[in-house]
Amino acid sequence: MSDTSAPGAPAARTDRRRREGSLFDLSHPGRTGVALPPLDVPAIDPPALFGSAHRSEVAGEVEASEVDVVRHFTRLSQLNFAIDTALYPLGSCTMKHNPRINEEVARLAGFSDVHPYTAEHLVQGALELLWLLEERLKTLTGFARVTLQPSAGANGELAGTLMIRAAHVARGNARRHILVPDSAHGTNPASAHFAGYSVIELASNARGTLDLAELEAKLTDEVAALMITVPNTLGVFEENILKITEMVHAKGALVYLDGANFNAFVGKVRPADMGVDVMHMNLHKTFSTPHGGGGPGAGPVGVGPALVPYLPTPTVERDGEVFRLSYDRPGSIGRMRTFHGNFGVLVRALTYIESYGNTIPEVAEAAVLNANYLRKRLEPFYHLKYDAPSYHEVVFSDRKQAAGGIHNIDIAKRLMDYGFHPPTMSFPLIVPGALMIEPTESEPKEELDAFADAMIAIAKECQETPELVHGAPHTTPVGRLDDASTAREASKPGSFAPVLRAPVR
Amino acid sequence: MGYIPHSPAERSALLREIGAASVDDLFSTVPRAVYRTEPPALPAPQSEIELRRGMAAMAGKNADGSRWASFLGAGLYAHHSPAFVSQLLLRGEFLTAYTPYQAEVSQGTLTAIYEFQTHVALLTGMDIANASMYEGASAFVEAVLMAERLSKKRSKVVVSKGVHPEYLTALGTYLANFPFQIVQVPLGPDGRTDAAALAAAVDETTFAVGLQSPNVVGVVEDWQAAADAAHAKGALAIGAVNEMFSLAVLKAPGHAGMDIACGEAASFGVPPSFGGPLVGFLACRDAFKRQIPGRLVGRAVDAQGHEGFCLTLSTREQHIRRERATSNICTNQGLMALAATMTLSALGKNGLRETAVQCLSKAEYFKALVKAKAGAGPCSLAFAGPTFNEFALRCAVPVDTVLSALEAKGILGGVPMARIAPREGAWKDLLLVAVTERNTREQIDRAAEVLRSIR
Ligand SMILES: Cc1ncc(COP(=O)(O)O)c(C=O)c1O
Repeated sequence: MSDTSAPGAPAARTDRRRREGSLFDLSHPGRTGVALPPLDVPAIDPPALFGSAHRSEVAGEVEASEVDVVRHFTRLSQLNFAIDTALYPLGSCTMKHNPRINEEVARLAGFSDVHPYTAEHLVQGALELLWLLEERLKTLTGFARVTLQPSAGANGELAGTLMIRAAHVARGNARRHILVPDSAHGTNPASAHFAGYSVIELASNARGTLDLAELEAKLTDEVAALMITVPNTLGVFEENILKITEMVHAKGALVYLDGANFNAFVGKVRPADMGVDVMHMNLHKTFSTPHGGGGPGAGPVGVGPALVPYLPTPTVERDGEVFRLSYDRPGSIGRMRTFHGNFGVLVRALTYIESYGNTIPEVAEAAVLNANYLRKRLEPFYHLKYDAPSYHEVVFSDRKQAAGGIHNIDIAKRLMDYGFHPPTMSFPLIVPGALMIEPTESEPKEELDAFADAMIAIAKECQETPELVHGAPHTTPVGRLDDASTAREASKPGSFAPVLRAPVR
Repeated sequence: MGYIPHSPAERSALLREIGAASVDDLFSTVPRAVYRTEPPALPAPQSEIELRRGMAAMAGKNADGSRWASFLGAGLYAHHSPAFVSQLLLRGEFLTAYTPYQAEVSQGTLTAIYEFQTHVALLTGMDIANASMYEGASAFVEAVLMAERLSKKRSKVVVSKGVHPEYLTALGTYLANFPFQIVQVPLGPDGRTDAAALAAAVDETTFAVGLQSPNVVGVVEDWQAAADAAHAKGALAIGAVNEMFSLAVLKAPGHAGMDIACGEAASFGVPPSFGGPLVGFLACRDAFKRQIPGRLVGRAVDAQGHEGFCLTLSTREQHIRRERATSNICTNQGLMALAATMTLSALGKNGLRETAVQCLSKAEYFKALVKAKAGAGPCSLAFAGPTFNEFALRCAVPVDTVLSALEAKGILGGVPMARIAPREGAWKDLLLVAVTERNTREQIDRAAEVLRSIR
């Protein structure tokens, strides 16, 4: 990165547009940013009350005024890339537009300033909202019930696999394995493990989909479930899904659907109709709740009749006009967390669903349309390992560019210079050098074109000016940063000691 | 229309470019038996005008903390959230970004997470902290699982019954399919965990001891005693905290022998929102960093020597380690961690202390009214142990009678223990009362007066 400041310009000021640093370095003793009303009761002296359990201060804590804090976080925000700025094609994460009415509604005091242990007759609106969202999700999925408790997709996977296990235990044998295709997201095997199962990986076929012979061979009486993603992480629909669910059921096993890709078929296919027994939905993907720099999400889980007895408690039930919490579920797996799930996220998701209502299939249609358009434009320039029809996303690879020594990471970093967030690269593992692109339905044609133009320009740079791509990004607040550079001078040579917090000053 | 930008003409143009005759062509590999051409059985789409009306009607049916005097706590405390926090959270650059996989375009999020990790480490007295967990219960469970991995081949976890009952239920749920034994230790008559029973329950097969302070009935526990009991048998000590303001006036778990700290940090600027989204945390000694679950941010330098931040130690995580990962967590509670970070920054060292002293003083004022000669009608203090901002009342009449009387005067009086621990018969006549800086003396006087009037 070159220093663009004019000679004699105050370096620190120009630098601030690029780097803000941590607030722990900007603290001023004696400042504070919050004023409370004067204490209206006699002040208690903590050491007198707590004796040796007393703590006199949190040494090292920040001291800053509201101005300091507001500016710091505003400047930090300006260092971020976000959907609000441009297309964010992070495959599998469904980075669609986040409507602001959802934010406004979630901030109503009657939702945001309500305590979860308020007596049920005083939170009838909150319980109604939970009930209504469950109804909507039941309509869209075809499932018998939906639990809204899990905090995110992975938490939903765990809830689902725990219910699968409970059902098998009730039939007399927990069974030992869960089958997971090699194209699956990392949370699938991890969740299966935390539910007490060992994972058997299924090799995908030449189309990138499930190989029926491989399934047949590995589907023993000790298999509790198949965890499958539809469309899979290549964006390819499992054409044989009906045959697959039939084979799994014939062995007394259950089918778990990772619903991370529900955006590709919401309103057009009900997963329960495909023979799926249990599925999580990522409300932060399909139903547009903001990703917030890493979360929060919500991972409701829909289940067919066989798993209803094992749902987490409480559930919300409706008796005439009255809504109530029910803990009456003797077979329940228990709880995934405190309270009633990520309620504020659920409020946003319901608002989104109501905004589309019965036109929600248009979401899937436009998402698939956009992905196919990008595929069409980029196919001549990037290698497509699996060329089966694409749904909501398309997974290219760096194979053409890698021949010249340029990898997906280089292409990704160069995209930043063109003003786009890079695609997903960490999976699917069956595509080496993956560039997983999911534009979502939010993008207009000109934005898709701008992205395609940038990708095509980079493909040309890879041939003509490879050093430009290798050295990217050139325009971001910092240059390439990687894990290895977090190491501080380790006391033992060769040992890796990342700096994970600000030092106490 | 919804939020899809294409005009009908643009949509046709895109289809033409792809070479598809219709949208249905794009779905040709979906089995026809399940492909639906009819719209789903949902109502017609709603505009913002209709959404506002409908959602406000539902919100209006709930008793919120701005219209009611609320003494509800039990693991989630309604503190003041500075006005700027909610506003800055709406900045699209924070709101509509995702996990900062790409450090060069995510320095805002990464710097804030680094600050969050630092705040949590300072508050808990630990060396390091992660980027957030979902909420308190799952953070507690992850701490227990982490301790088991560190122990190698031990099978028992000893937990105090003073840990939030929903944390313990979640522990049972997550551990159901592992060959681990969960032993619960009761509280003594003063409301503290029975120290002798705890020490007796720990043996050479124990991998961890779990304690919460202040505990579920509000009483301050002795971290050091639990840590000593654990360490005497080679087990790790886990300290849970869900009222983080207590750490401004009470000894940090990391300064009193505990090895892992975990819990709920929503007290810092995160609205209660009917129980979520909140923000769990997990902190520990540096030596355990390779077993910590979740994301971690570290300081880094680029080729020019410029400092920045990036995700680090990710080989622990599911996207690399798959079934051998330290956790399955992926999406976490980033935005809530940001809210907590902003709030802590504004409070700072002094605001933290002042808020904690206000909470403590107001709770003690309420307790003094209960203990005074005039008393609190059928209610008395259930435990003599020291408390921070929450205490349990024992009610000589049904708890619901007490709550109804308070409700009639616009007061959400507290959380019945029977609601969060229905199976604990000994707690059925207890009412948990929490006080924060948002409560006024007038509210406390009014509540005490109602209690005195109950026959
Ligand atoms: C295919 C797939 N499955 C599961 C998950 C996990 O969901 P979450 O991050 O909400 O826990 C993801 C999310 O990134 C995903 O892309």
